[in-house]
Amino acid sequence: MAVIRDVMPAFDLLQPGTAADAQKVLEDNGSDAWVMAGGLDSLDWLKDRIKKPKVLVDLSGVDELKGIRVTGDGVEIGAMTTLTEIANHPEIQKNYGVLSEAVSLVASPQIRNQGTLGGNVSQDVRCWYYRGGWPCYRAGGNICYADTPVGRNREHAIFGADRCVAVHPSDSVPALIALDAKFVLQTPKGERTVDAEDYYVGPDLDITKINMLQPGDLLTAIRIPSTWAGSRFYFEKVRDRNVWDFPLMNVASALKISGGTISQARIAVNAVSPRPMRLKAVEAAIQGKPADATTGAMAGRMAVEGAVPLQFNAYKIPLMRNLVKRAIAGTQEAA
Amino acid sequence: MKFITWATDPWGKTVPIHAAWDLIWVAVIAGLLFMIVHALYVAIAAGPKVFAKNEPSPAEAAAVPERVPRHSLAARLFHWIMAVSMLALLITAFLPKVGVQFNWVLYHWIAGTLLTVSILFHIIHASFFMDFWSIWPDRIDMRDAMRRTLRFLGKPAPAPQRFAKYPLENKFYHLVIVFAGLAVMGTGLFMMKRIHTIFFTRNPYLFSDMTWGLMYVLHGLAGVGLIALVMVHVYMGIRPEKLPITKSMIFGWMSKDFYLEEHDPERWVVEKSSTTKKRGYAASDAD
Repeated sequence: MAVIRDVMPAFDLLQPGTAADAQKVLEDNGSDAWVMAGGLDSLDWLKDRIKKPKVLVDLSGVDELKGIRVTGDGVEIGAMTTLTEIANHPEIQKNYGVLSEAVSLVASPQIRNQGTLGGNVSQDVRCWYYRGGWPCYRAGGNICYADTPVGRNREHAIFGADRCVAVHPSDSVPALIALDAKFVLQTPKGERTVDAEDYYVGPDLDITKINMLQPGDLLTAIRIPSTWAGSRFYFEKVRDRNVWDFPLMNVASALKISGGTISQARIAVNAVSPRPMRLKAVEAAIQGKPADATTGAMAGRMAVEGAVPLQFNAYKIPLMRNLVKRAIAGTQEAA
Repeated sequence: MKFITWATDPWGKTVPIHAAWDLIWVAVIAGLLFMIVHALYVAIAAGPKVFAKNEPSPAEAAAVPERVPRHSLAARLFHWIMAVSMLALLITAFLPKVGVQFNWVLYHWIAGTLLTVSILFHIIHASFFMDFWSIWPDRIDMRDAMRRTLRFLGKPAPAPQRFAKYPLENKFYHLVIVFAGLAVMGTGLFMMKRIHTIFFTRNPYLFSDMTWGLMYVLHGLAGVGLIALVMVHVYMGIRPEKLPITKSMIFGWMSKDFYLEEHDPERWVVEKSSTTKKRGYAASDAD
């Protein structure tokens, strides 16, 4: 069956004006509906005719999902806020610099102008076998084409693989995990708030899903508490080219330093596992230690314990070891 | 309704990838319907059991122990280990398909391994240490089944004999479960080559996409069939008139009265020496 490129399948286009209406049409249409934010992930799927929803719910007209609001306890970012707006927002730059830096490294300026935070955190994995429409596990089939002796898996997982070895590609998510962000969902049962790292579903739990959104659910906002405002942050993204590329790996950290030692820490890594990884064991291990190269080296070694490389991605182990090391030893005082 | 889910492989060929999961509900409904129809049949249409008059002589009956040994400890252990692993397999296979998500693959192949080992044990045990033919339908079973059917339809036919060690429905159930069990076991062993386990080096290229697909379909269809089979088995196990048989799978013996009422001492010969054993499958009331 030939794949017809660049001709989208027919669907009903719904363009709600409010979040309540959006949630209602999602609820009414259940698994037939597809949510489109900036369209950068959606249009790939639709033009390649891999996903064929009956109903497309375009959120671009829902103004209440846009914008950054400074609250009494941090900031609330609407799910439809563009990455450029977040990168340039003074409050984000001042107190949550790790997020500003992370989103400023997403793709290209044009994509950041169109792409939204909600779309960036909810985008699907970038495995080309899956994106190519092949019947892999994640697509509901019975094989992983990447985890084979000759599969192209240089960009794939070294942790958390369970039949599917694709990684989560978002740059903003590690920063949001480091900032202890909460994702706000509107569901048929009302509003629900989840921790950033809990938003994601690994293939061990549900191999066909990337996050916990159920049919009828809508991600409306991301709240960043002030708990980590002004901490020492670090973000680094490693990619094959310096613009318009997904991460081979990225790392984000937030450290609180007291009396020359780390009193609290949050560290997250992405593109190493099917879901973003928070390094809780490392966070606990570095508490009370100075944020220096020795602690960083210890943390790096600890972070890669249990890594299982595929045929072509063993380089990710030393890469992760060094990124975690730099996330601790190389942290800078937030602006 | 579709029985198979199809996909297009990377080479453009249409291949099966697994059984259609809507069949889960078909199996559940079929199991429930069987229970309802059977319960109504027993309550309304079925008359009292009538057997040909070939009771043992008083002397022969007196020689039958009060507790007639039916299942050895090894046989009972096999049955319950297989039951636990089968339930674990069904739960881990089908709950995720109906929306209850958990890390099922690990538990599924562990339960499958346990089932495989227990079935291999059973094959050896039944072949060399038990009366191998007692569970397979024989000529008398088929003749008596015909007689019962004719009598149910009001046609003249002699009364059937009492059962051997296993009633015919037990034998048929065993036959069906053999096919379904071997199908899931055989395909499951190959499917373990597709995932990471402690047993094999993973090799997803062992077969062609078509062969793999058919294997997944057979595994799924047999698995779905086992839903209905297990439902029916549990239902039969808790029916009042079957309780003596169920209890014998727990304690190893059935009462002398039930034995003489339902079973033919000539077709199922009980060892008289069993009365002397103290515990397990041959303990007697005198103990």
